[in-house]
Amino acid sequence: MASVINSILINMPLIFKGLAVTLGISVLVLIIGTIIGICGGLALLYGRRAVQVLVRLYVDTLRGIPLLVLIFAIFYGLPVLSIRVPAITAAVIALSIFAGAHVSEVVRGAVDSLPKGQMDAAKAIGLTFPQRIRNVIFPQAIRRILPPWVNTAAELVKATSLVSLVSVVDLMQSVQQIVGRTRETLLFYAVAAVIYFVINYTISLIGTRLEKRYTYT
Amino acid sequence: MYHFDFRPIAQNFDLLWKGLLLGIGIALLSLAIGTVIGLLCAFARTYEARPLRVLATAYVEFVRNIPLLLIIYFVYFGLPLIGISILDNLWSFVFALAIYAGAYMTEIFRAGIEAISKNYLEAGKAIGLTRWQVIRRVTLPLMFRIVLPSLGNTLISLFKDTSLAAAISVNELTYGAKIINTNSFRTIEVYMVVGLMYLVTCYAIAGILRLFERRFVMAR
Repeated sequence: MASVINSILINMPLIFKGLAVTLGISVLVLIIGTIIGICGGLALLYGRRAVQVLVRLYVDTLRGIPLLVLIFAIFYGLPVLSIRVPAITAAVIALSIFAGAHVSEVVRGAVDSLPKGQMDAAKAIGLTFPQRIRNVIFPQAIRRILPPWVNTAAELVKATSLVSLVSVVDLMQSVQQIVGRTRETLLFYAVAAVIYFVINYTISLIGTRLEKRYTYT
Repeated sequence: MYHFDFRPIAQNFDLLWKGLLLGIGIALLSLAIGTVIGLLCAFARTYEARPLRVLATAYVEFVRNIPLLLIIYFVYFGLPLIGISILDNLWSFVFALAIYAGAYMTEIFRAGIEAISKNYLEAGKAIGLTRWQVIRRVTLPLMFRIVLPSLGNTLISLFKDTSLAAAISVNELTYGAKIINTNSFRTIEVYMVVGLMYLVTCYAIAGILRLFERRFVMAR
């Protein structure tokens, strides 16, 4: 038992480094993905026809392709186009494009579910489009966006583990390295599982609470 | 200007095609095993005594909150260490994906069971069916109609998740793409073709499932 604790303690700095990368990527991607998603969702509803078709194509394509294929395509594809970026940047780009598509659907669904009268009334009192979105639509849509958005965040933390396959040293990759060195496979997979579980379970608890708070029956 | 060259892909297309079929096969197989796991755990969580219920809940919550890749590594690299070494990389992956699918399907089935009106179950009891008969003749048929669309979505996500098998060198579609990319450096072309293959397959599955659902609704 003592040797187990010792082994974990010795490798803790590397695990924490990996964890920091995992969390950093998750937060960054969530922010970029949310910005893309809000623009995408609004474009799907209020954009010109051509814009709507393009965004629909983006969203539906991204939802039909495995994330790993997207990550590989961007990681191996950018250098071919003579764009040199670090692996972590390629990973963040891929994950953001992916998250953006999912958040777009969430935003579109939420805004679309509001009664049409809200938009008409806002128009009738002479608000401009940005004002209508900011002051009328968004405050109502946010309570329908938040619960699925929190789920997306949890999915995202799990999805970041795929960046370990393009040599980004996230939590998964740092554990792989430790396992390769120490041969204590089960122990460190268990450590990784517990860390991922704690993060995601916390996020999903928040999600459940938000859902309860915002659902009327 | 980038010059496209699809010849290396055309020459090695059978690698991709076989990979695609293998992916579909893996997805269907893990859906089947996941259905069995899911049904057992869903009934355990709904009807069984506390210890079983807690066990099923722990399994579902744990698996749903860790990355699939970690489960794959655990099965492939970890299980042999505790004496389970009969699994090669393909079967390790099927097993891992089935465990993963089982957790999500438990939630789907549980929601399906809970959505069935209590009247049906009471009617079943009233005409003298045993508990097992009620489950088999009333609960299961009604539940499957309710959960059919969710099962379809699960199949599609499982198919997309088969791409993770490339991480342990199972020669499915994504792995085929990696190999062709390594040999030919036609990166853009390979991933365009492979992305399109995934996309078309996903929408094909979705289309077939929709037909299937429509028939079921009409048969009702």
